[in-house]
Amino acid sequence: MKIFKLLLAVLGWVLSSRARADYTLNLTEGVTKLSHDVHDLHMLILWICVGIGILVYSLLIYSIIHHRKSKGVVPAQFHENTKLEILWTVIPFLILLSMAIPATKVMIEIYNSDTMPGPTDLTVKVTGYQWKWRYEYLGEGIDFFSNLDAKSNEARQLGANIDPAKVDNYLLNVDNPLVIPVNKKIRFLFTGADVIHSWWVPDFGWKKDTIPGFITDGWVKVEKPGIYRGQCTELCGRDHAFMPIVVIAKPEAEYQQWLAEQKSKGEAATAQAKAEAVKTFTKDELIAKGQEVYNANCASCHQPNGEGIPGAFPAITNSPVVNGPIEEHARLVLKGKGQLMPPFEAVLKPAEIAAVVTYQRNALGNSKGDLIQPAELPAQN
Amino acid sequence: MSAAAATHDEHHDHGPARGLMRWVFTTNHKDIGTLYLITALIMFMVGGAMALVIRAELFQPGLQLVDPMFFNSMATLHALIMIFGGVMPAFTGLANWMIPIMIGAPDMALPRLNNWSFWLLPFGFVLLASTLFMEGGGPAAGWTMYPPLVLQTGAALPFTIFSIHILGISSILASINIIVTVFNMRAPGMSLMKLPLFVWTWIITAFLMIAIMPVLAGTVTMLLTDKFFGTSFFNAAGGGDPVLYQHLFWFFGHPEVYVLILPSFGVISQVIPTFARKPLFGYSSMVYATASIGFLSFIVWAHHQYTVGMPIEGELFFTYATMLIAVPTGVKVFNWVSTMWKGAMTFETPMLFAIAFVVLFTMGGFTGLMMSISPADLQYHDTYFIVAHFHYVLVPGAVFALFAATYYWLPKWTGRMYDERLGQLHFWLTAISVNVTFFPQHFLGLAGMPRRIADYAVQFAEFNAWSTVGAFVFGFAQLIFVYVIIKAIRGEGEKANDEVWEGAREHGLEWTLPSPPPYHTWETAPEIH
Amino acid sequence: MDNRETNSNARLIWPIALIVIGMFGFGFALVPLYNVFCEITGLNGKVKTESAAETEYKVDESREVTLELVTALNQNMPLGFRAEANKIKVHPGKYYTVKFFGENLTGEKMVGRAVPSIAPGWATQYLKKTECFCFSEQTFEPHERREMPVRFVIDPALPENAVEMTLSYTFFDITGHPANSKKN
Repeated sequence: MKIFKLLLAVLGWVLSSRARADYTLNLTEGVTKLSHDVHDLHMLILWICVGIGILVYSLLIYSIIHHRKSKGVVPAQFHENTKLEILWTVIPFLILLSMAIPATKVMIEIYNSDTMPGPTDLTVKVTGYQWKWRYEYLGEGIDFFSNLDAKSNEARQLGANIDPAKVDNYLLNVDNPLVIPVNKKIRFLFTGADVIHSWWVPDFGWKKDTIPGFITDGWVKVEKPGIYRGQCTELCGRDHAFMPIVVIAKPEAEYQQWLAEQKSKGEAATAQAKAEAVKTFTKDELIAKGQEVYNANCASCHQPNGEGIPGAFPAITNSPVVNGPIEEHARLVLKGKGQLMPPFEAVLKPAEIAAVVTYQRNALGNSKGDLIQPAELPAQN
Repeated sequence: MSAAAATHDEHHDHGPARGLMRWVFTTNHKDIGTLYLITALIMFMVGGAMALVIRAELFQPGLQLVDPMFFNSMATLHALIMIFGGVMPAFTGLANWMIPIMIGAPDMALPRLNNWSFWLLPFGFVLLASTLFMEGGGPAAGWTMYPPLVLQTGAALPFTIFSIHILGISSILASINIIVTVFNMRAPGMSLMKLPLFVWTWIITAFLMIAIMPVLAGTVTMLLTDKFFGTSFFNAAGGGDPVLYQHLFWFFGHPEVYVLILPSFGVISQVIPTFARKPLFGYSSMVYATASIGFLSFIVWAHHQYTVGMPIEGELFFTYATMLIAVPTGVKVFNWVSTMWKGAMTFETPMLFAIAFVVLFTMGGFTGLMMSISPADLQYHDTYFIVAHFHYVLVPGAVFALFAATYYWLPKWTGRMYDERLGQLHFWLTAISVNVTFFPQHFLGLAGMPRRIADYAVQFAEFNAWSTVGAFVFGFAQLIFVYVIIKAIRGEGEKANDEVWEGAREHGLEWTLPSPPPYHTWETAPEIH
Repeated sequence: MDNRETNSNARLIWPIALIVIGMFGFGFALVPLYNVFCEITGLNGKVKTESAAETEYKVDESREVTLELVTALNQNMPLGFRAEANKIKVHPGKYYTVKFFGENLTGEKMVGRAVPSIAPGWATQYLKKTECFCFSEQTFEPHERREMPVRFVIDPALPENAVEMTLSYTFFDITGHPANSKKN
């Protein structure tokens, strides 16, 4: 009886979810010429397969209905028919040819940037990290990381008790989306910083692996403005599911405006970082800043509550490093350790490192009480 | 007959030894076959439990049950256990039991080697399972174990690699044994083109295995030396290339999937003629089709890597070669349908599973054809569409063939008819739930859900929920299967006659022996007409 | 009968065992084969890390190819690494020298190795380097800043339709991994 009750509950849940379901059944047509062509190719093969399927299954069903012992059939004893056998070798071969020709055309189109006249308007270098994306606009001086957005990140924690349906674009939203102009030829260069990832936006019609040490390329020309979402599609470790891709395609004028904003923001941030590297902060300032840095950079492994994951990621709470000498603690954050703890000196600014070290010593179940200023960090000597 | 069997006889008359030691020291092909089959059944349950952990976590969006790292371990071990622990030992068990009987041989050619190749397995699996309790958790980089990710594995890495070595050695030994048995031990008059199709598909499988298992062993050894001995096979910093690993792995991996499916073709080609009461249509074209699939499987591997950035010539070559596989596979399906055509069919459980195999494997074949087209695969690659595809060829493919084989030969093995009512119930629950589980995954993949993710966006919720419900029904339906087998082994149920299935005598030597067959069979070779 | 059978079994086992051993060796043989294959076809943009001979080409002034220079760091290696320009225009057949800059951002000695890669992959065989910091490992003293030149030429045999290509270097930190520094 219990099983029945469980089944009923399951069915009820499934049926109720219908209301909020916003599902699709088929491959997207996408927003580039390539994605349209890939979609058309997909439909062509699908229908050919459906046709063959109907033929084979009808014969099978006819046979099952009519050629059964209960109908008193006397079994025939034939066991070969050379003509028939040649026929069903040759015909499938011809059908395959009819698929191979359009497939070859589309493949050539994907590889041949000549079908897209004119030189590249913008090159964006995409680097896959565990577990975020980095976008560099070559020649524009724009360079930023794109992380899972804070709301999704909060809701996706084990036992978070937040209904994902109430989070906007759960797991498909980022803090800093990639912004590109429409109707321009955009070339992407892909590489990985640690392991292999794969960059996929279904609306663009392809995906490409990002391989450490190697560079691969791909290009798009987006036909209409919009927000296009995708995900990492190569298993890349623990948070593989949590490094989405969001691309916003804007009309040229809006894109230029965005570009100008980013540049001025970037200059301001550099100036601020320079000033902060020598500034003396209060403990509360460091802790507040440190919490932000921790949640964005540390929490995915060491967990938001600092408890880590036994056997994989050490706890911050009651950690001997965190409760040991502050220089050693800061050195570990700066230099990293082993293959999983990266050296943060290349990613974070001195003020951020000082803040996160101070935060870890005074929160997450630790109360060491001391603090470190950006200027006192060991590597800055 | 053979030297080993003769010494065996001196000690034990004609019956098996008693107690546990019978199973430890046995060199009897039937005993070893039974050991393989029982191991496979246990592993099938273990791997299935892991699948249920995966499906339970994916029932709803959000993480409810397990950490993503453990989820990745489950996905990795589910695949390794189902492939190396479920399907491969099960077919090796069938080969051990049936091949000597089918070719009129008294036993396998190398009985002591046979014992050893089985007893390597439990050690391999214990080693593999023990990694789950190691620091850093079990292997979590997927069964494909791509570097550099796999090199981040903790203490589990060397143990996983070592267990793959052990399992690989076991399959190589089993393959050698099967090849030698079939070539040297056939009864007089049993020419190669008279061999039952199950034996034929197994010879080709055995050749595939001795060609690819050493490559896998070498490849994972390179991982080991890269991690611990400072080599740089796959490390760009030392002049290596992570993509090289993928080429080496799939050079093993693609023929490997045919290792899993070719013996299934053999089983289906035994079952359908029996229940259609008609000879197999196109025997020789079946043999040639199997051989061409075996050959083609060696030149298509990079279709698993369309997205790594191969030159266009590579993409197109692998596209064409892969598409070609559809031709011999199509020949097989047409032959099975023609075998049924104008037969006098009855629909006992083995036949039901065989028909479901033809229908559902063909579906998996269609999606396989779609994925072979490289431009389209740039979309399908690493999504749930792929997950749906390979589960369609492996579950209603390989696993249904194993169910068909078990129901088909169980009365022969045990001397008791299985419970047909329960068999039919098992079939219908399994056949329906397998589609509820895997069919929606096609939609998920096309709609953009990547594979191997522990959590997903809300628009994928509906189909994932269906898939999970299906998976649980599927999982629990297998308890019926276990119960049916236990009942037959315990001697409950109607006694089976020698022929078991009406007219089966026409379809193989095994049906001319008593049910169950004596401990030693064909000590005098049968006459082949 | 028994003896004959044992003999014929042995006759069959040895060739099979040889196949097994041969295939194990074949797996390893694929490693150098793959490297050769990559160098010929430019598969995966894998580039020779040996210097090319300084051949005289006929300079094609009428064609201009845009070469993008890209830098990357593996595992957040603490190195300031950039090229003197993001893009340069080059004529096939003419020799150019471009400078890359590396700066050790730490107070400790650092050993790195730069791995070159070219996109699109098929263009690899047309870019020939006579001098490159990627030919050997690079040692940086604490806070050392250094210029690292690359001298190269684009083979005029480059197909007409190629107008842009990318040369990328990824620096890997191999400090304390002596084994990693040996050439494969």
